Amino acid sequence: MQSQATYNYKVVRQFAVMTVIWGIVGMLVGVIIAAQLVWPELNVHEYLSYGRLRPLHTNAVIFAFGGCALFATSFYVVQRTCHTPLFAPGLATFIFWAWQLVIVLAAVSLPLGFTSGKEYAELEWPIDLLIAVIWVSYAIVFFGTIGTRKTPHIYVANWFYGAFIIAVALLHIINSAATPVFAEGLLTPKSYSAYSGVQDAMIQWWYGHNAVGFFLTAAFLGMMYYFVPKQAGRPVYSYRLSVVHFWALIFTYMWAGPHHLHYTALPDWTQSLGMVFSLILLAPSWGGMINGIMTLSGAWHKLRDDPILKFLIVSLSFYGMSTFEGPMMSIKTVNALSHYTDWTVGHVHSGALGWVGMVSIGAIYYLIPRLFGKPEMYSVKLINVHFWLATLGTVLYIAALWISGVMQGLMWRATNADGTLTYAFVESVRASYPFWTIRVIGGVLYLAGMFLMAYNMFKTIASGKAVDNAPVLAPAGAH
Amino acid sequence: MDINDLRSIYTLLAFVTFVGIIWWAYSAKRKRSFDEAARSVLDDDAPGAEKK
Repeated sequence: MQSQATYNYKVVRQFAVMTVIWGIVGMLVGVIIAAQLVWPELNVHEYLSYGRLRPLHTNAVIFAFGGCALFATSFYVVQRTCHTPLFAPGLATFIFWAWQLVIVLAAVSLPLGFTSGKEYAELEWPIDLLIAVIWVSYAIVFFGTIGTRKTPHIYVANWFYGAFIIAVALLHIINSAATPVFAEGLLTPKSYSAYSGVQDAMIQWWYGHNAVGFFLTAAFLGMMYYFVPKQAGRPVYSYRLSVVHFWALIFTYMWAGPHHLHYTALPDWTQSLGMVFSLILLAPSWGGMINGIMTLSGAWHKLRDDPILKFLIVSLSFYGMSTFEGPMMSIKTVNALSHYTDWTVGHVHSGALGWVGMVSIGAIYYLIPRLFGKPEMYSVKLINVHFWLATLGTVLYIAALWISGVMQGLMWRATNADGTLTYAFVESVRASYPFWTIRVIGGVLYLAGMFLMAYNMFKTIASGKAVDNAPVLAPAGAH
Repeated sequence: MDINDLRSIYTLLAFVTFVGIIWWAYSAKRKRSFDEAARSVLDDDAPGAEKK
């Protein structure tokens, strides 16, 4: 009998708590750099200047906040759906501490100016090597758990998490390939990409877009496929659709990267190919959104008084919005207007704040009471306040940047009858200030919600007790 | 036969595989086991921890 075995909740707990902590840190840096755009005098020191802090913000929210949320939920989901404790628990402990070390190293090295210059892959080679080791360990723990499962079927959430782990290993190792330079000693890491010219750009955006596709989409869909059915108390709307849209995402995402390089030195056919695959992506993306939202069909009333469910379902609406907007922006003529403007930044944040942020927040609110032996969070009312702060913050943010983005695009392309430019660049900057101010307000609201979450979490932890005796479920029989 | 023929064949194979996946997922035979898989997550909570 397996009845004495217990689930490994410790590593889930550690990652879940750090999700909230790093969420606050990453979003605080976001608010600071948003404020620096409105009040440039806030660039008080080179270490704290916009150019140094911006990659710190993106790395912190994606890999520290998002990464911890994914480690926490994937380790929880894979154990519970496979009816077996985590494989190689020692390795899981290593992953937690090593990942925290990577985050701290990023927080130190980026402000100091160490960067490889690749967006979302700025960290220098020694940190990249550590990430590669962590990622291989992650694959061993995750797939080892699946390999030792006591259920006949691998639940769909694990397929999404599994694809995320494999794809991110591939992306990280290939895009980070570089030659280190030791001229200035070991403590001043410097490297040059293994690729050059337009190949380097294409590999970078193959990485960049698939970081969106597999880190920020597939993995969080895995989260959605577990936590939405659990919180709604209903099975997923269509399991068949989940299988089909999983494979459609896998077959399509890898080819969409060139839309980041429209009208560049990249061959024209490659740009068109990227655009077509980006348009195709609308179908599998909406397949996932519909599947998630329709899971609630017949139980819509639960949305009224369950703020966790509100977070999860509204996150899917933002997912639907941004995956409609994304393919539209990949059309070359639309991109000619939108690229390099705030529209792109607004689009990213509709996905980041609305989808990734809210689905993670919902999942963590689901997990915390279960990990600390409480029936629910310390205050459900505060979750509701958090929900409205987050929603209002996101809407203010993205609406402001839509307007400023389209405005910038139109001002930059406007020409006089004699062919000269109507506006100097700085005029578009001046026109953007009101919208950047609204963005700061939106960011502050979203960040305030995270502080409420931290308070709620620590209150829940203080009155609870770490659960380390959750019994492993009995093996599920084959039929 | 040059490398571009191989690329075309690969694209076709990927498409055929995808159509095969759709056919597999929507075949009537699979429905029962898919329904069971979808329900399986709902039975997995420890007693007392579920609030609904």
